[in-house]
Amino acid sequence: MADVHLTIDGVEIRAPEDYSVLEAALENDIYIPHLCYHPDLKPSGVCRLCMVEINGRKIDVSCKTPVQNGMTVRTDTPEVNRIRRVTAELLFINHPSDCLSCSWNNRCELQKIVNFIGIDPDHVGMLRKTEKDLPVDDSNPFFLYDPNMCVLCGICVRTCDEIVGVGNLDFAFRGFNSVVSTFRNQPLLESRCVSCGECVVRCPVSALRPKEVPASTREVKTTCPYCGVGCSIFLGVRGEKIIGARVDRDSIVNRGRLCVKGRFGHEFINHPDRLTTPLIKRNGKFEEASWDEALDLVADEFSKHRGEEFAAFSSAKCTNEDNYIVQKFTRAVMGTNNIDHCARLCHAPSVTGLVQSFGSGAMTNSIGEIPDANCIFAIGTNTTAAHPVIAYDIKEAVRRGGKLIVANPREIDLCEYADIFIQHAPGTDVALLMGMMRVILDENLHDREFIENRCEGFDAFKESLGAFDLPSVEKITGVPADLIKEAAVTYATFKPGMLLYAMGITQHTHGTDNVLATSNIALLTGNVGKRSSGVNPLRGQNNVQGACDMGALPNVYPGYQNVAVPAIKKKFEDAWACALSDRPGITHVEIFDAVLEGKIKALYQVGENPVLSEANSQHVIDAVEKLDFFVVQDIFLTETAQYADVVLPAASYAEKDGTFTNTERRVQRVRKAINPVGQSKPDWKITCEIAQRMGKLGFDFVHPSEIMSEITALTPSYGGIMYERLEKQGLQWPCTAKDSEGTPYLHAEFFARPGGKGKFLPLIYKPPAELPDDTYPLVLTTERSLFHFHTATMTRKGGLKTLRSHEDVLMNPADARVLKLKDGEMVNVISRRGMVQAPVKITDSSPKGVVSMTFHFAESPTNRITNSALDPVAKIPETKVCAVKVEKASLEKDSLEKTRVKKAR
Amino acid sequence: MIKSDTDFIQLKKQADLEWEKVVHCKTPVITVGTATCGRSAGSLEVLETLNVSLKAAGVKHTMIEVGCIGLCYAEPLVTVIMPDRPPIIYGGITPKNAGELVDGYVLGENPLPQYALGTIGEARVEGISPFDSLNVVHPQVRRIMKKCGIIDPTNMLHYIANGGYSGLSRAVKLKPPDIIEEMKESGLRGRGGAGFPTGMKWEFALKQESEKKFIVCNADEGDPGAFMNRSVLEGDPHAVLEGILIAGYTIGASDGYIYCRAEYPLALDRLRLAIRQAEESGFIGENILGSGFNFHVKIKEGAGAFVCGEETALIASIEGKRGMPNTRPPYPAISGLWGKPTIINNVETLASVSLIFQNSAEWFNRYGTEKSKGTKTFSLAGRVKNTGLIEVPLGITLREIINDIGGGIPDDKKFKAVQTGGPSGGCIPESLLDTPVDYDSLKQAGAIMGSGGMIVMDESTCMVDIARYFLDFTQKESCGECVPCRLGTRQMLDILIDITEGRGRPGDIDLLEELAQGIKMGSLCALGQTAPNPVLTTIRYFRDEYEAHIERKMCPAKVCKALISYHISPERCIGCQRCFKVCPAQAISGKPKEVHSIDPEKCIKCGLCFSVCPSKAHAVEIHTGELAQQTVI
Repeated sequence: MADVHLTIDGVEIRAPEDYSVLEAALENDIYIPHLCYHPDLKPSGVCRLCMVEINGRKIDVSCKTPVQNGMTVRTDTPEVNRIRRVTAELLFINHPSDCLSCSWNNRCELQKIVNFIGIDPDHVGMLRKTEKDLPVDDSNPFFLYDPNMCVLCGICVRTCDEIVGVGNLDFAFRGFNSVVSTFRNQPLLESRCVSCGECVVRCPVSALRPKEVPASTREVKTTCPYCGVGCSIFLGVRGEKIIGARVDRDSIVNRGRLCVKGRFGHEFINHPDRLTTPLIKRNGKFEEASWDEALDLVADEFSKHRGEEFAAFSSAKCTNEDNYIVQKFTRAVMGTNNIDHCARLCHAPSVTGLVQSFGSGAMTNSIGEIPDANCIFAIGTNTTAAHPVIAYDIKEAVRRGGKLIVANPREIDLCEYADIFIQHAPGTDVALLMGMMRVILDENLHDREFIENRCEGFDAFKESLGAFDLPSVEKITGVPADLIKEAAVTYATFKPGMLLYAMGITQHTHGTDNVLATSNIALLTGNVGKRSSGVNPLRGQNNVQGACDMGALPNVYPGYQNVAVPAIKKKFEDAWACALSDRPGITHVEIFDAVLEGKIKALYQVGENPVLSEANSQHVIDAVEKLDFFVVQDIFLTETAQYADVVLPAASYAEKDGTFTNTERRVQRVRKAINPVGQSKPDWKITCEIAQRMGKLGFDFVHPSEIMSEITALTPSYGGIMYERLEKQGLQWPCTAKDSEGTPYLHAEFFARPGGKGKFLPLIYKPPAELPDDTYPLVLTTERSLFHFHTATMTRKGGLKTLRSHEDVLMNPADARVLKLKDGEMVNVISRRGMVQAPVKITDSSPKGVVSMTFHFAESPTNRITNSALDPVAKIPETKVCAVKVEKASLEKDSLEKTRVKKAR
Repeated sequence: MIKSDTDFIQLKKQADLEWEKVVHCKTPVITVGTATCGRSAGSLEVLETLNVSLKAAGVKHTMIEVGCIGLCYAEPLVTVIMPDRPPIIYGGITPKNAGELVDGYVLGENPLPQYALGTIGEARVEGISPFDSLNVVHPQVRRIMKKCGIIDPTNMLHYIANGGYSGLSRAVKLKPPDIIEEMKESGLRGRGGAGFPTGMKWEFALKQESEKKFIVCNADEGDPGAFMNRSVLEGDPHAVLEGILIAGYTIGASDGYIYCRAEYPLALDRLRLAIRQAEESGFIGENILGSGFNFHVKIKEGAGAFVCGEETALIASIEGKRGMPNTRPPYPAISGLWGKPTIINNVETLASVSLIFQNSAEWFNRYGTEKSKGTKTFSLAGRVKNTGLIEVPLGITLREIINDIGGGIPDDKKFKAVQTGGPSGGCIPESLLDTPVDYDSLKQAGAIMGSGGMIVMDESTCMVDIARYFLDFTQKESCGECVPCRLGTRQMLDILIDITEGRGRPGDIDLLEELAQGIKMGSLCALGQTAPNPVLTTIRYFRDEYEAHIERKMCPAKVCKALISYHISPERCIGCQRCFKVCPAQAISGKPKEVHSIDPEKCIKCGLCFSVCPSKAHAVEIHTGELAQQTVI
């Protein structure tokens, strides 16, 4: 974009031609008072304070006047000052003037403006003051809305619309009585508010303000510990405690935005329930123990179970360094490859699938490329709930004119933005996608050149499409053929197109096939290997990508280097100075089976809660009860930890250094903000100390950066990752050398497969393992709440629990009528594997015949009833589909009332 | 379906025959003005009575409901057209005297001059003046309103017989730039108030390249006391449609919206019917008149926000958003409805467009001044004898309108001021009554033309109170978006309330002027930019009244309740007890034939005593200023 030259108050400046006069001025450190302008939002020009004189002729708002070559701007003429002064005085006289006792003192934009413009006390004395006394809305646990403080700049209204895409706020009433309001003036908690706080941080006065705003003594930049987006944040520290978080506006990942968890969900760090000392179970009861006592016991017991009797679970919540150490410990000290982690339960098919077709199992593109896509195909991802910041980008793409296709069995919030919404039956993704591909081929919309030059296996694949004629696909999926056709044509026409998916694709017995279907459709349309064009598995946990990268998997060393390849084994044997097993270990679900079969006797569980998170979780409980020795290392005494023989207190992400790798393969720094709580220690350190007690060398790291150096040396894709290079924005792997800038999108010229071609894979449709029948007539599918994370060990510790307090069984009104259920009534949800209880929530968002539940609530452990049938390749259990029946719970009315929680969203 | 000239000529012939049946009727034709104004005066009951009487008399007749002819003061209006006799317009017909009309003139030969307003056409009836020669009609030039109150607005053929759709038929044979040339030649300026040359506006939109363009008819007439557009929509709806179609053809638009306030239910009904008729005959739809031009018209009902008459707020409202204005540029002609080039013209502008193409640009600009061409409708209200809707050539003086057409001030009161342009306009004093009514002269006087509201005030009007009244309106109707308008209009109102209630402080006038300047310069849209006008003009021309209120706590017009007191003159009181009887506060004491007195403590200043005091006595007096305070004490 060309620059233009203009003068402001006689100073010659240059500015890009799409700048407004206000933007040009501010960027050149020329202050023009403004209240309604915010750099993240489109200018509205309503505060009328940024008036300037343009070319000596007219006076206009600078925020909406574009710069022009040769323009002369004056910001301080008598006329300009007079208009501004009247406006400022009017604002001042209608605003409470208790500045010193206001929590926003010195941060308030109105204060700054009044100071700058200067008001005439005589004048102000003459003005008539009207006291407003409007009720304050303090329903939200984290922030309040005080309309008496509001200056109606509209920043919150525009933020909720333009950034968050929820549109919960707007102006109500007219003239002097105008207020910012939710629909029908509902309290924020009962409105559509997603509590992200984006409006709160942009409010220039104290109308929307955090409930508690102690000033921090210092701030530490780090990476959010929740989902895989990996937002950069600053943790506020006061004394020895974390008091809050704020966004890192310079981050390329979240670009100034956060979600409710990232902004407010840090109360767990200093929560009284944190584990502070090691615990040893004696006579069925936990007793506090010293580190020496606990570690000696662990080392002793582990020594008895070296080899295939041992297995370890690492954690997608821990740092890369923690994960590297756990897998190194398992392989080098315990002599087995029985190491896995919860990626097995979420994105294992992404790895097994995308590795086959593209050669790499990660997101092909960067988050920042989403807004530029002309088509977004979001299948099996409830993005607003699970990856809220990515959802902002999807909505941004739509606002820029891009098409959005949403395919989901449930009507999710994203549908509001969608051009096309496909509500297919759970587990019919292969049929849907193959049907779309057949349309694309029939309509001649495939990318011939791309297929010819960059792909292989097309003919066999094409043949397999034969079975997916639209009438058959309509029958399988329940989606009208016309809609499938429309979606296919849209995806194949509007390029570049990005396909996004999450658990809806992977958590199936045919999860790998589902993933292959997504890669097939991308290859068919040439939608991969370019900016804003590719297949993007959205990773669930903050470091699930990193945990996989670090080799916390039974078949690969760090960097997906196969344990069965002798040369690779040799490389690691040399580096770690020990003999290693070339026998791939067993996977997550298989480990518990092996425990029940008596093959595995000792288990080292780092930062995971399978008693709640694993499908058919009763078999987990049975297994852990059977173990000879069970060690759990975590920050809280989780449901799983209750079964442990020894519990080791770990430091949270805020108490340690390290790195997380986010969903777009970006390795980012995690920085220690406070000392570990109590006697807790960073995970890597605990594991190292066990290894050292077991006599192994190579675990004497002083700082995680030393661990990263070892990772770098052994992992080609991390070859250029060094802490000092991660300071600003992190680096996206592959980053093979010290001078590599990383890779924003994959497969630009060659696919990462041997031979460099992308591979089409023929597919057949396989129904889910368990389908409804007369006894279990409904399908249960699992979902996520925006307000909780995983098994909610971190999110049920503070205000988030107010926002969503309990489990709900979402059910279509038609099914509820058949079962004679009323909204909020307690029900039993029963499968072949067990029963859980929760209140029913009747909603059209759930299709007929389908009920859905989260797995965040220990009182309603949904995974007791889910199906652990596995995908044969990825070994992921089918948590997205199982057959259930629902019946009215036969609880006494009293206890029902007790269980029901008052405020539910 | 009209798809060619031949089709149109055929339809015109049919229309002429239909119209013949009215003007050269074989059996009596009776028209009743049943527009909103007529209905509120009881015209529907009159119509019913007439029908019943005629039926009882066994007279075969045709009854037609027509729109408003503009003579509000004389409603309900009935026109009787007897075969071979000149049509006579009667005013003030009630269900009571409607029977007389039937007996006297329809059944008999008595033209009832006592009810007649005038005759229409060349023929004369003894004792009745020709309608056109009436003082209230004579200075007018009726073009936009020519058919209002004459034709049946629900009968499209009446419109066509009177030249309707010949403008569209001519326009679609012209090239858009030629149409714009003709528009420019006509000199038509926007009748919504701002007076922007319509041809230029269209040219901007024509030059925009866009796959979609829109025409919006602004029928959100919101000024208090203004009802010109309502009358046109109710009385001659096709005239507006024809204008929309010509505009749409010119700029290459495919869709038109009529943004009409929901408070105009009858206008909306008439519009819906007119659209359906135009669709059925092919004036709206695909390949209009065989020209290849496709156009559709939708109605969007406004929800009663004054600010939605502002074009950017109107656009937001059509788009389904809260009706709040946007900054300009970009102007709607460049980026309007859904970001597409959009022409927004007022009802009267579009009706004028039809006339320009039915006649010619030269015909149109035969009247008017150098810079303000054509005629303009006004709703003349307030303290004049003949209130109603008028149409005058631009350039006529205010004096001519008030004294000649309006018939002057009733009750021997003195003229004080005339407010033009509604709440955005200003009050013009007697010294400026010779100001010609055109866009520029009114602006110079501190007022504006506006959409055509004209409120006359006599000496019993307090100018501070009037300013307060308009500010009360604008501050309530402010959308609340921009600071100067949201807070400034309220602040000015608070000060004006204080002044009218005796709490004015020295310096308030300067403060008002200071605020007014800040609000005018600072506000985002025209609502705020013009809201201070009534205050500024009243200060400019009636500063002494403000000073009297502030300094002497005196309301010279004796209107502001807080500054007046009621008092009975002992010299003049005849002890009739009328005031005693009506006083709702029992504040008056006095026996029959004895002098009464008012207890100031109890008096609520309702003024009933003043109004019932017999004129021969004139004993109840209103005091203000020091005198009032003394009375109170």
